[in-house]
Amino acid sequence: MNFSIYDFTSFNQWIDQFLRSVMSPFWAIAVEMVIIGLAILLFYALVGLFLVYAERKVCAFMQNRVGPNRVGPYGFFQTIADFIKLMLKELITIKNADQLLFNLAPFIIIIASFMAIAAIPFAKGLHAIDFDIGILYVIAVSSLGVVGILLAGWSSNSKYSLIGAMRSGAQIISYELSVGLSLLTIIILAGTMQFSAIVEGQANGWFIFKGHIPAFIAFVVFLISSTAETNRGPFDLAEAESELTAGFHTEYSGIKFAFFFLAEYMNMFIVASIAATVFLGGWMAFHVSGWNGFNHIMDFIPPFVWYIGKTFFVIWIMMWFKWTFPRLRIDQLLTLEWKYLLPINLVNILIMAFVVLMGWHF
Amino acid sequence: MKEVINLPVKNIEEEEYHINMGPQHPSTHGVLRLVVSLQGEIVKSLKPHCGYIHRGIEKMCEKDTYPQIIHLTDRMDYLSAHINNHAVCLLVEKALEVDVPERVKYIRTIVDELNRIASHQLWWCSFGMDMGGLTCFFYGLRDREKILDIFEESFGSRLLHSYYTPGGLMMDIHPNFQKGVKDFIKYFRKKIKDYDDLLTGNIIMQLRTKGVGIISKEDAISYGVTGPSGRASGFACDVRKHHPYGVYDKADFKEILGTAGDTFERYMMRMYEMRESMKILEQLIDNIPAGDYAAKMKAVIKLPAGEYFQRVEAARGELGVYVVSDGNKTPYRMKFRSPNFSNLSALDHISRGVKIADLVAIGGSLDYVIPDIDR
Repeated sequence: MNFSIYDFTSFNQWIDQFLRSVMSPFWAIAVEMVIIGLAILLFYALVGLFLVYAERKVCAFMQNRVGPNRVGPYGFFQTIADFIKLMLKELITIKNADQLLFNLAPFIIIIASFMAIAAIPFAKGLHAIDFDIGILYVIAVSSLGVVGILLAGWSSNSKYSLIGAMRSGAQIISYELSVGLSLLTIIILAGTMQFSAIVEGQANGWFIFKGHIPAFIAFVVFLISSTAETNRGPFDLAEAESELTAGFHTEYSGIKFAFFFLAEYMNMFIVASIAATVFLGGWMAFHVSGWNGFNHIMDFIPPFVWYIGKTFFVIWIMMWFKWTFPRLRIDQLLTLEWKYLLPINLVNILIMAFVVLMGWHF
Repeated sequence: MKEVINLPVKNIEEEEYHINMGPQHPSTHGVLRLVVSLQGEIVKSLKPHCGYIHRGIEKMCEKDTYPQIIHLTDRMDYLSAHINNHAVCLLVEKALEVDVPERVKYIRTIVDELNRIASHQLWWCSFGMDMGGLTCFFYGLRDREKILDIFEESFGSRLLHSYYTPGGLMMDIHPNFQKGVKDFIKYFRKKIKDYDDLLTGNIIMQLRTKGVGIISKEDAISYGVTGPSGRASGFACDVRKHHPYGVYDKADFKEILGTAGDTFERYMMRMYEMRESMKILEQLIDNIPAGDYAAKMKAVIKLPAGEYFQRVEAARGELGVYVVSDGNKTPYRMKFRSPNFSNLSALDHISRGVKIADLVAIGGSLDYVIPDIDR
């Protein structure tokens, strides 16, 4: 076995060969699936806990506060304490709620974000599954979450929840377009939808630099519309705590509420991962073509560190948005999408196609 | 064969539904209940239901002596407690024709203006929060703390001071008072720029507030919308300017009038007013004359029989105190004209046809304090 933090491919092959040598191929794949599932579950929980902590610290930093600092060093175990609290809380059942849908909704939301994480490459050779239509898969799966939000709002039998869910439906369906089109701009440049190929294609420069201005516009549009798609401020109309108390999850308590809460942060992590992978090179180090010495030094930083660093940079930008801007109104939100972002995107795709056709990119 | 039941067909598009905003709701700033009729997201009409925090202050006043009444007025608009006290003190002094020392007038005016700034700071916090910008809340509270520290040092408490007494003040100001106020002005002149950067100049905030919730000048007068909300509509209603009390006639300040009367104009009025208040403070703080901090009053204050009225400019509008006295040490009847109650009455008129999000913003810009509405 040769294990390297720069390339997980051989490590994965070693596990595969070992399992196949001790059991039948069917059981070997079954065991692999269980291992991957457990690994993703663990990663999911850790990232969720860390993101909640990070959000609190970032928001405290923006607001001249200290943030959590009582539980553990620098309040690091605060989210774990919160999680235990949410686990132990009573699950309140609403009298006239549609019980089946009411209980199903949090699972739909969390499963949607769970499925999306499977296609993301964390480092070389470190992804659960490498579809050749990876981007399409992620877009398709992440939009399943809106079904959960709509069901939560509808089944709660509360008007506040319903208003929140309806807002969310209109919002996510609209902004899905911009997310898709801005990713399409890069797909034109990359010539593939496969995540591993997209990352490999950025070996001599990230797409945001390679694609000139159209790629940068696509990145900004993607940031705006993906923030809207994850229901985060300034687009948090579905929750809008000053208007709708808590929007679609007003009636949820305990662990079901925690599911919504966790799913919000995981969705943020997923869109940040996609932004990092598609625009900022994913786990690929920062390379400048021609500077061989510089590139060599950059290669010493493990791919996983590059990936996490870029993802958290994007997440930090999204948190910055949230704690600076006031919330939009629903009609302004839709105006922004249909009258500004969508036309910009369509023109941007044409420009990008022209740039690629003429070979003007690096 | 099954019988076909014909249910009455309703046009869902045009059907109105009601939601209860409050008594427990994050945007009503207290226990106000608004029954809102909605069509989709659009507000068709709304009905405010008051009384959740009614304590019968006016009735309680009828069995209290005048120095005791001061303590009750703190509890009406708790954010401009000093100004409420001022109204009752001025009324008693007017009825008894007492001449209060010049020093008292200066200190009262300075403390009133400090209190007005503190109140507007808290309004800015909660307005930002209503708009969805949570960071505003912490910026505003951070700066308000400086004023509360000055209050605590001089008057011993931070929110409900009861510092004014009929004829003067409870005690003299702390030796550090003047320095504290000057430091605060220097500090806040810098920090108020942050407010503009964070919220006033924000494009989302401007888009959401401009042209929304318009009160015309006529409506403002007929509903009795006073204070910054009334002045945003062009209604010149500043009591400090038109019926001066304290030493406002010696201070040079502008009564800023708006024209648009929308949410943004009401927002800007308060931002201007904070700056004007600082101007007043700068003029007065170095000129506090020496002298007694209270006039000589009788031990038992009895107002001569008759009717008395006194008004002051509270942080949210015109506060009127009306007393009918039968010559006893307690009033026969006492009535407060609270600014928030009148301002709230215009809410239904201006919020028809706006969206829920706008209703919250309009409520924030009217800046109602519920204990003052219910009393």
